This record gives sequence, structure tokens and C-alpha cells, in this order.
Amino acid sequence: MSKILVIAEHLNGKLNPSTARAVSAAAAVKGEAIDVLVLADNVDAIAAEAARIEGVSKVLTIARAENAHPLAAVLAPQVAKAAAGYSHVFFPSTTFGKDVAPRAAALLGVAQVSDVMSVESAHTFKRPIYAGNAIVTVEANPAHAVVATIRTASWPAAATGANSAPVEAVSVDAALPTHTRFVNLQQGKSDRPDLQSASKVVSGGRGVGSKENFEIIFKLADKIGAAVGASRAAVDAGYVPNELQVGQTGKIIAPELYLAFGISGAIQHLTGIKDAGTIVAINKDGEAPIFEIADIGLVGDLFKLIPDIEQAL
Amino acid sequence: MKILVGYKRVVDFNVRIQVKPDGTGVMTDGVKLSANPFDDIALEEALRLREKGIATEVVVVGIGPADLTAHLRNGLAMGANRAIHVVTADEVQPLTAARTLLKLVEKEQPELVILGKQAIDDDANQTGQMLAALWDRPQATFASKVEIADGKATVTREVDAGLETIEAQLPAVITTDLRLNEPRFIKLPDIMKAKSKPIDTIEFGSLGVEAHDQLKTTQYAAPPKRSKGVMVKDAAELVAALKQKGLL
Repeated sequence: MSKILVIAEHLNGKLNPSTARAVSAAAAVKGEAIDVLVLADNVDAIAAEAARIEGVSKVLTIARAENAHPLAAVLAPQVAKAAAGYSHVFFPSTTFGKDVAPRAAALLGVAQVSDVMSVESAHTFKRPIYAGNAIVTVEANPAHAVVATIRTASWPAAATGANSAPVEAVSVDAALPTHTRFVNLQQGKSDRPDLQSASKVVSGGRGVGSKENFEIIFKLADKIGAAVGASRAAVDAGYVPNELQVGQTGKIIAPELYLAFGISGAIQHLTGIKDAGTIVAINKDGEAPIFEIADIGLVGDLFKLIPDIEQAL
Repeated sequence: MKILVGYKRVVDFNVRIQVKPDGTGVMTDGVKLSANPFDDIALEEALRLREKGIATEVVVVGIGPADLTAHLRNGLAMGANRAIHVVTADEVQPLTAARTLLKLVEKEQPELVILGKQAIDDDANQTGQMLAALWDRPQATFASKVEIADGKATVTREVDAGLETIEAQLPAVITTDLRLNEPRFIKLPDIMKAKSKPIDTIEFGSLGVEAHDQLKTTQYAAPPKRSKGVMVKDAAELVAALKQKGLL
């Protein structure tokens, strides 16, 4: 029977919602247990949050000063040791998971399945390739553990609240390297909903024209309680910071509503929003590729239309 | 210092890929092939480090079929000193690629290996991390800024929360994000010059790399199509439609 270990992602003492999404994928394996592993310097608050996620059997913690920051070189050897006895090790497919998972997989000597979008059976998974333009079914070798990252946009977050899984401190015998050192993290400060978990996202592209003009996007987002995203063109032009980028090389999101303003819809951008519930495109160019995948399209000048939209709300 | 740069050939990023109707793969016959965009950024960064006097030699490394040579010449034309071509007709998955690169690392003893963060065909985002693990050296993934001094690399990384800076003692593996740099164009005289630069050819089988541990791909499918959308004529109609769907 399958036993799944989900590696928790957290920041500033809080569990990241991507963890509960990875738990949903773990539940789809229909194994006998889903354990969550928390690696941190102070584990208690994070472990308590993880213990409330529906479906979690047990929360394991490794509290070490070295785990204060998510350095792959430090975390991967501990994950590899903790993975003993598990048939599956799942990470969220965020920058955290993408950084640590392959390092742990290589230490275990196993191939990794990236961006799992569906679980067909305990060893068969679907994942996107070519920027989401093809979906492949892959089979992992059942002779050893499956290391995988879970495409967060494809999975709902497992419910939280009713569960109270036991929390257990574990110690692993892993030599930790000192060759890598955390220096700092510059976080974009924002009171808006998190882009990756927001139910509504308002996004702007090159058509917005300048950093100053982007204010109109932020204003509309605040009015409807949406997160703000951007195309690569808008990020490269310096209108907004890179963590707002949506697409193949940015964030892959699946909000209920995605409003794209001044975004033409390059393949790489569409990859990031394909699973959105309703896509609305607003663009001056009626021939823009974004209209091919939009559920609702409106041709016109965004600077005229945004005030009109606000008025109509 | 010597820098090894991974250089993968992929279907050009502008090509809209088609899945074969029988589900056995994607159509690649006659499709334009190019260097993986992230690998061009990796090579550009290595060349800039050489131009700053930090690196002395830049070696591009490719793993693939015999005709990959022409593509490695592009890397030489961009400015790499020499190339290594590991020849294999088989598909090479990230773990095998990492094991192969480790063999070359052991032989070449570079102080830095720069790879792209992911290849735009399999979108795996694994090889650099796996090489760093097998080599037991630091990794700095998704790099948007690299500074090398005093035997260490200070790397700014693009992470979901913002920009993270880490310090890694050399030797190390760095994987590139899009914003690291703008790769240079190849000039005609450089294409001529590249013809006389050396390419070492190594048979994959001679390296003793285990390649049995691969994922098996059983089916390729086109992504589900979204249903045809509607056009609205003004903002009021848009808001009404969204309210009707319960989205606003």
C-alpha cells in the first residue's frame, strides 16, 4: 500500500496554501497514510496548521536552526532520509518545490515527475509538456519511491479545520552542508490576495503602457477583491515586479475569473491561465490570440473601458 | 576558472506544437529546432563572466544525436571556446542528463556549471538541481543576478515570494531565469570562426552512465479545448455577463 509524504512549504511561520493542494493530490493516490513533513527552525505553528488539513494522518517535524530558510542543499538530504518507508514524496510545484524536489530525487537515485496535474493510479500520472500544449501520461517505476511536484493550479486545496492529526518530532541522521548561505529575501509588500490562490485575478500586459498606468489595474483589482498579475512583457518593461508574472516561466494560476487587459496572449502566457474558470480578454486588437481562448472578449481601449467597468459594478 | 554550460536543442519556442493523432508523440518532423532559450541565457552569462576576466574558458555541452553538432556550432559562434558532444540517439531524461554531466564535471573540473532553469520541451526543471545533488555542491536555481568573487557566487533568485539572495561556495551549479540577461546575436564572421573551434565527441555508452531508471511515457494527448467564447460590445454588457455567472 502507498504511504505518502508531503513536504510542507511555509514562509514567515505560516503554512503556504500550496501544501493543502499537494495533500489533495496525495489523497488521489488512495494510500493508507498521508504524512506532512515540516522542516523549519520553529515548527510548532506551521505543524499545527498542517495538522488541521483534512486527510493528513500525521505531521512530522524536523526543527533545526539550519532549516530557518528553505535552502535546497540543506533540506534535500533531510527529506531523502525522512522518505525511508514512503512510496511517494510530493512537493508543491512552486519555486520552493521545484528547487528542493529534484535534489532530493537525485539523492534517492530516482527520476522525478514534475507538475502532476492528475493521478491516474499510484504510479501513473498526467503532466503538461511544451508549455501545456501537450499532456503526457507517465509511468514511474513501482520498484522505488515516486518523487513528484504537484501542479497547484490543477488541485483544490484540501479542506482545513476538522482534522487534528498528531504531531511528531523526528530526527534524521543527515550531514548538512555549509557551502550555501541565505543572505536575504526582498518581498514585494502587498495587502492584495495571493496571486496563486486568489479566486479573481486582474492582469495587465504591454498594452497598459507604463508603471504609472498600471495603477488603474491595481485600482480595479482592489475594487473587486482580486489579485494582480502581469504578462512577461509588462514585467520586462518594468511596469510591475517579476513575482506578478503569469505564464510558463512565471506563475501557473487557476482563478475562477481572469481578466486580461492589454495582453496579446503569447503561448507562454496562455500556459499560465489555461485552467482559469472564466477568461475575459480586453484588447484594442480584435485579432489578438488571447481572444481564441477567452470566454468573454471585449475589443476596445482599456483606459476607457476600465472606468466604464467600475461604473457598471 | 572554467565554466561548463549545458546546451539543449528543443523545438523553437515560437512553434505551436501538434500532438500526433495516434498519441505516440508530438510532430517534430520538419519543425524548426533551436537552442533552449534558457540555455542561451546560460551561455551569455558565462561569456560575460569571461569578458569580465572572471572565467578563462567556456565549454558548451550537448547530449543528443549526431546532428546536434550543427547546433553546438551556434554555441561556439556565440563565443564558447569549445564544445563537448555526448552522442546518443536515445531520449535523455533529467536524471540521466545529470549523471552524464557529472561524468563531464569530474573530467573537466569546472568551478561553475550554468544550465537553463528548464527546457521548454519537457518543462521538467530538474537537471541542474540533480547535478548539484550528485556532485554534492551548492545550487542556485532561477538566477536573475550572479556575482562571482572570493571563491563564491552571490546569486539573486526569482522565487514566488520575491527575490532571494544566497551565497554559494564554488564550485557550484547555477540555473538561469529569463531576466538574468539578454543573449547576444550571432554575427556572420563568428559563424566562420566557429568552424575551426574544437568539438569533442564522446559516445554516451563509453561514459558508464546508468540510464535504465527512466519514466515511461505511455500517451500524448492534446490539452482539452476550451469552449468557444462570446464577444460583448461594451463594459456594461461585460459586467452584466459576469454578474450573471456569479463572478462579480
